[in-house]
Amino acid sequence: MQPVLLPSIFSDRHLLGIEGLSAGAITHLLDLSEGYVALNREVQKRKSLLGGRTVVLLFFETSTRTRTSFELAGKRLGADVINIAVASSAIKKGETLIDTAMTLNAMHPDMLIVRHPDAGAARLLANHVECAVINAGDGSHEHPTQALLDALTIRHRFGRIEGLRVAICGDVLHSRVARSNILLLNTMGAQVRIIAPPTLVPAAIERMGVEIFHDMRAGLEGCDVIMMLRLQQERMQGTFVPSVREYFRFYGLDRAKLAQARENALILHPGPMNRGVEIDSEVADDITRSAILDQVELGVAVRQGCLDALSRNLGPAPVF
Amino acid sequence: MIHEQPTAYVNARLLDPDSGLDGPGALLAKDGVIADFGPDLFADGVPDGIAVVDCGGHCLAPGLIDMHVHFREPGHEHKETIATGGLAAAAGGVTSVACMPNTKPVIDDVALVEFVQRRARDAKGVKVYPFGAVTKGLEGRQLTEMGMLAEAGAVAFSDDGLPVADSQVMRRALSYARTFDLIVSQHAEDLSLTSCGCMAEGEVSTRLGLPGIPDESEIVVVERDIRLVELTGGRYHVAHISTAGAVEAVRRAKRSGLPVTCEVAPHHFALTEHDVGDYRTFAKMAPPLRSETNRKAMVEGLKDGTIDAIASDHAPHDQESKRVPMERAANGIVGLETMLPLSLELYHGGHLSLREVLRRLTSAPADLLGIDAGRLRRGAPADLVLFDLDAPWQVDRGVFRSKSSNTPFDGRPVQGRVLCTVVDGRTLFTAGS
Repeated sequence: MQPVLLPSIFSDRHLLGIEGLSAGAITHLLDLSEGYVALNREVQKRKSLLGGRTVVLLFFETSTRTRTSFELAGKRLGADVINIAVASSAIKKGETLIDTAMTLNAMHPDMLIVRHPDAGAARLLANHVECAVINAGDGSHEHPTQALLDALTIRHRFGRIEGLRVAICGDVLHSRVARSNILLLNTMGAQVRIIAPPTLVPAAIERMGVEIFHDMRAGLEGCDVIMMLRLQQERMQGTFVPSVREYFRFYGLDRAKLAQARENALILHPGPMNRGVEIDSEVADDITRSAILDQVELGVAVRQGCLDALSRNLGPAPVF
Repeated sequence: MIHEQPTAYVNARLLDPDSGLDGPGALLAKDGVIADFGPDLFADGVPDGIAVVDCGGHCLAPGLIDMHVHFREPGHEHKETIATGGLAAAAGGVTSVACMPNTKPVIDDVALVEFVQRRARDAKGVKVYPFGAVTKGLEGRQLTEMGMLAEAGAVAFSDDGLPVADSQVMRRALSYARTFDLIVSQHAEDLSLTSCGCMAEGEVSTRLGLPGIPDESEIVVVERDIRLVELTGGRYHVAHISTAGAVEAVRRAKRSGLPVTCEVAPHHFALTEHDVGDYRTFAKMAPPLRSETNRKAMVEGLKDGTIDAIASDHAPHDQESKRVPMERAANGIVGLETMLPLSLELYHGGHLSLREVLRRLTSAPADLLGIDAGRLRRGAPADLVLFDLDAPWQVDRGVFRSKSSNTPFDGRPVQGRVLCTVVDGRTLFTAGS
């Protein structure tokens, strides 16, 4: 007999963003993910929850950690995981995103995990396929699983998210990680600050419930968590930021600036890091402060949690 | 020319926004022109040999004039042609359109002006007046032969789709166009400020993670151009104005007596950035839908006369151009078939009188373009629209005559419906047919 699944607080078909998720739904996803942290440290990591299911990874942007972590998550849950290499596919030959969606849909995948350089791409795909879609990053819009893994990392360290003071530092303008985190942290009752030069602050971001600082020292004062964002190479010179050395001087996280934060403040970074640009090497490697590797570890668990949660909302598994 | 038999439009509410006429009466169209009209015409019945159209008390007004449409021919006939665009116009109560020159090739040469006119003649539909380009190939460098284009029939000049960015080129264009007393219409957009923006900059763009376009992208160009009007005295027109700042600049310029005018598209007084919703590419256009403050400023500008005309900026696109992520989607929406009811929202909402709404759609654009249209006058072409002012209906893009149906208004409940459209005495459109 099939086990009876109780109705879940998370009943969404897709995970396209943090926007719209309640605190209860977020807590549910984090709790579910928590269960996989211990399992991933065992030798036998495999479960058969997704046996017979097909998970397709469709990455239009290069990614190592997110793609690998989704792939591991899918495999550890027993799914057949397919990677679609975009560079060699028809997508680069001008096939539209919707054509791609229709083609994939015809192959009856159960879940589609998509990363795309355009905001809204995951939503567009979701509107044209029958399977569950997880947004693994769409342009500067959202990257929900990153925000969830950041939240899990914070919860591991502090036991809670509510009431913490969190600073998100760097290129907020172009960051999907920042948007998802702002939404999640506010929903969970944290106090969110952003620290960036005015050229990298999106318009009306204060309407999303953040306090804006252009002076990093002032912004870091009393912070429990410091989230550093990656500054893309192409934005390191020009009109966003004049130069790397100027950026590092004012917005790079070094010991002196870090001293403004709480003594036990946690440092997060979605990776890959630009040492000497947004973060000082010494700070990045300080294992008492930096949770960057914990983030990677918990990232797999969070993706397992998300696949698990979404799989409960799929139709029944095929019977062989 | 072959004309239909004389037609009497009886039992009408005659509306002529220019003269202020608004009352019951009848109108006689004969040999393509308005032979007579008035409250007492046919009071003793219609003589034999004259066809009779009973208007049922509905509004009979000069046919609408849309001074800003894109008919995509030559070059993108899969999106629209002069013939299909004309059908859409007629369905919208529009009897004259002015076509933007950003086709492929660009209308920057006498032969191309003549091509557009010939295609329009062949289509036997609404009247099509070509705009000439300001610069060769819309490249913003070399002026077109404005004089010869004007002689061939170009009614105004614009590089629409692109701004005339270079200040010196704009100065010369305004200066040179004075000779022919024609307007230079500017697509006011500072492309360096717009950059890769694809919607208005603000909370919505930030939440959607889309690059935004600040209001200043339009305002700085309008402000600069007004200075150049002071310098040159040329007639300057702002196409599809969309920001409070630009409306204010035009208001000031008019106060100081400068020859500055502007038009607004219905979507800029009917919609806001919030209508972009969840990445609706049908709500993407240039200029973008902006904030509620800007939307209200458009209504105010129409109310106080700062905004001279309403024009649809009818910009047809095929599915392929729109069924893509927002940042990759083409700019523009179709507008001919929704322009009248959307404009009538200004009347039904109590913002403008019916006369003022209709004036922006008839005599005002006719005067800007210098064409003989937009008025009920004896001897004027019998270009007419008969519409039910109050009829409620829902926009349905499925029944559009246009080749494209990229509209953000699908399903919108509106009031006011075109019943019949007449050009030179010929009926081009009848509702329900």
